[in-house]
Amino acid sequence: MAAPEPQFDDLYREIILDHYRRPRNRGELAEPTQRVEGVNPVCGDEIHLDLDIEDGTIRDLSFWGSGCSISQSSASMLTDRLKGCPVEEAERVMQKVRAMLMEGADPDAEIGDLEALEGVAKLPVRVKCALLSWNVLQEGIRQATTAA
Amino acid sequence: MVNVDAVRKDFPILEQVVNGRPLVYLDSAATSQKPRQVIDALVRYYETSNANIHRGIHTLATRATDQYEAVRGKTASFLGVSNPEDVVFTRNTTEAINLVARAWGDANLGAGDEIVLTLMEHHSNIVPWQQLAARTGAVLRYAGITPGGTLDLDQVRGLIGPRTKVVSVMHMSNVLGTINPIAEIAEMAHAVGALLVADGAQSAPHLPVKVEQLGCDFFAFSSHKMLGPTGVGVLWARRGLLESMDPFLGGGDMIAIVRQEESTWADVPHKFEAGTPNIADVVAFGAAIDYLEALGMDAVRRHEVAITAYAMDQLSSIEGLRIHGPGRPEDRGGVVSFEMNLAHPHDIATIADGHGVAIRAGHHCAQLLMRHLGVPATSRASFSIYNNNNDVDALMEALEHVNRVFGNGSSRAAV
Repeated sequence: MAAPEPQFDDLYREIILDHYRRPRNRGELAEPTQRVEGVNPVCGDEIHLDLDIEDGTIRDLSFWGSGCSISQSSASMLTDRLKGCPVEEAERVMQKVRAMLMEGADPDAEIGDLEALEGVAKLPVRVKCALLSWNVLQEGIRQATTAA
Repeated sequence: MVNVDAVRKDFPILEQVVNGRPLVYLDSAATSQKPRQVIDALVRYYETSNANIHRGIHTLATRATDQYEAVRGKTASFLGVSNPEDVVFTRNTTEAINLVARAWGDANLGAGDEIVLTLMEHHSNIVPWQQLAARTGAVLRYAGITPGGTLDLDQVRGLIGPRTKVVSVMHMSNVLGTINPIAEIAEMAHAVGALLVADGAQSAPHLPVKVEQLGCDFFAFSSHKMLGPTGVGVLWARRGLLESMDPFLGGGDMIAIVRQEESTWADVPHKFEAGTPNIADVVAFGAAIDYLEALGMDAVRRHEVAITAYAMDQLSSIEGLRIHGPGRPEDRGGVVSFEMNLAHPHDIATIADGHGVAIRAGHHCAQLLMRHLGVPATSRASFSIYNNNNDVDALMEALEHVNRVFGNGSSRAAV
C-alpha cells in the first residue's frame, strides 16, 4: 500500500533549518540598551534578546536561547532582518510577521526571508514557537520607547 | 496474551485518518483511549439511571446510588482489598494527592518535619508537598536517580530518618518507565513511623497492583489513564487512616448533622466526597475495570513488555537516538522517552504527527527530572493494549523522516 506523502514537509524549509543549524547574531552585545527575555512555559523554549537602540534605530541586536527549530530560526531571522533598521520599520515587519502567522495573511515582501515561516501558520500549536522572539522584541522596543 | 486485533475493534477512535495516515496513538501515558464498552456505559447511565445519589428515595436515585457504590467495591477488588470504604473518588490523581497533603498532612506535620520525595516525581507529587511544607514549616528532601535510570535506594534510605513523616513516590515513572520498589521503600518509611504515599497514575493501568503487597498507606490513581473517562481519580487508604482524618472539602453529602455554627461529618468515605460527585464517569470507570480484568492485568503487562522490547530494539537502530531509563524492558513500563541528535522534541512530534503518529514532546510535568537528565524536554512514545508492532513501525518511519530533515550531513530540508 502506497502511503500518502507525510504532511508538513513545507514547514521545515531549508532556510529555517539553516538558521537553526547556523544561527546569525547569536550571543550577547557588549553594551545593550535593552536586554529582554521570554520563555514559553508550555514547552520551555527560551529567547534572550540584546538590543542597541539609539535615535529610533536598532543599531545592533543579538540573541541566545534554546528550543525547537521554529523558535530559534525565527529569532535568528529576526536579527538578520532588523539589524540597522529604524524602530518604525521593525514594528511594521513585526506586524506583518504576526499577520502571516496568526491570521494566515500572505507574506509581505518587506519581511524577506521570514516568509519561510509561512507553513507554521497551519499549525496552531507551533505558532507560539515562531512568535516567541517577536514578543520579546516588542517588549524591548516598548522599554526603549518608554526610556526615551 | 492480549489479542490486539480484537481489542483494537473495541476502540472506535482508532478507526480514523490523521493527516492522511491511519492514526497511530502512542500517547496513552498522557491519557488512554476508551473502549466502546466504557462509552456505552456512560450513555446507558444517562439514558436509564441518571439521578443524584445518596439522598433520593425514588427508584432512579436508588439505581444510580447502587451503580456508583458498586464501582467502589469493584475498585477495591481491583486493588486486591475487600473494604470499599477505604476507596475515595476524587477528580484525578492530583486531587487524591492533594487530599492526603491537606487532610492528613496539615494535621500531622510541623516545623522541621521532613517529606521525602524523588527527582523523578510528576509535578502532581511535588507541588502539593511544597504547599504543605510552606503551610507547616516542614522540609522537602529529594532522592536522586542512578545512571541506569533507577531510583537511588541508598539515597532514599539515607534520607529517611527520625524527622521523616511521609515518603511519597511514584510507582512507575511517566518518563523513564522505571518501576519503583514501593514495598521496599514502604518498609524503610514504616521503620521510622512515616507513611508511604504511592502515586499509581502510571502503574494501575499497566501492572497488577495489590496495595497490601505494596505496603503503601495511600495509593492514588486516575480512571482516564486506564481506559476510563476523565474526571475520576481514586485515593485508596490503609484501614483506619481515613477515619483519623478531617475532611478536605466541605459541603453536601459529606455531613451527618449541620447546625448553625458547626457540623458533624458523614462516615468514610463519604466525608471526603463533598458535593455531587462525577457519578456517570464513576459508573463508566467500572466498565473500564471490567474490560481490563477480562483481559487480565498479567496479560496486559506481558503485552506491554513485549511491545516495549520491540520498540526499544527498533529505536536503538536509529542513528543518534538515545533512550532514557532502564535498559531492560522487564524493568520498566510501556513508555519510551528518547533524544535525537539535533532535532528538538517538538520538531520530532510535529513530523511524527505528519505521519499520523501521536507522541508526546515536552517536560512531561517532570521538570526536576528534565533538569537531572540535562535536557529541556524529551520525546515519548507510550503503549497500551491496543498498540501493536505496526504502530512501532509507523513511528520508525516517522523518526527516519526526522533524521532526513535534521540529520547531519544532509543539506536537504525535506524529502
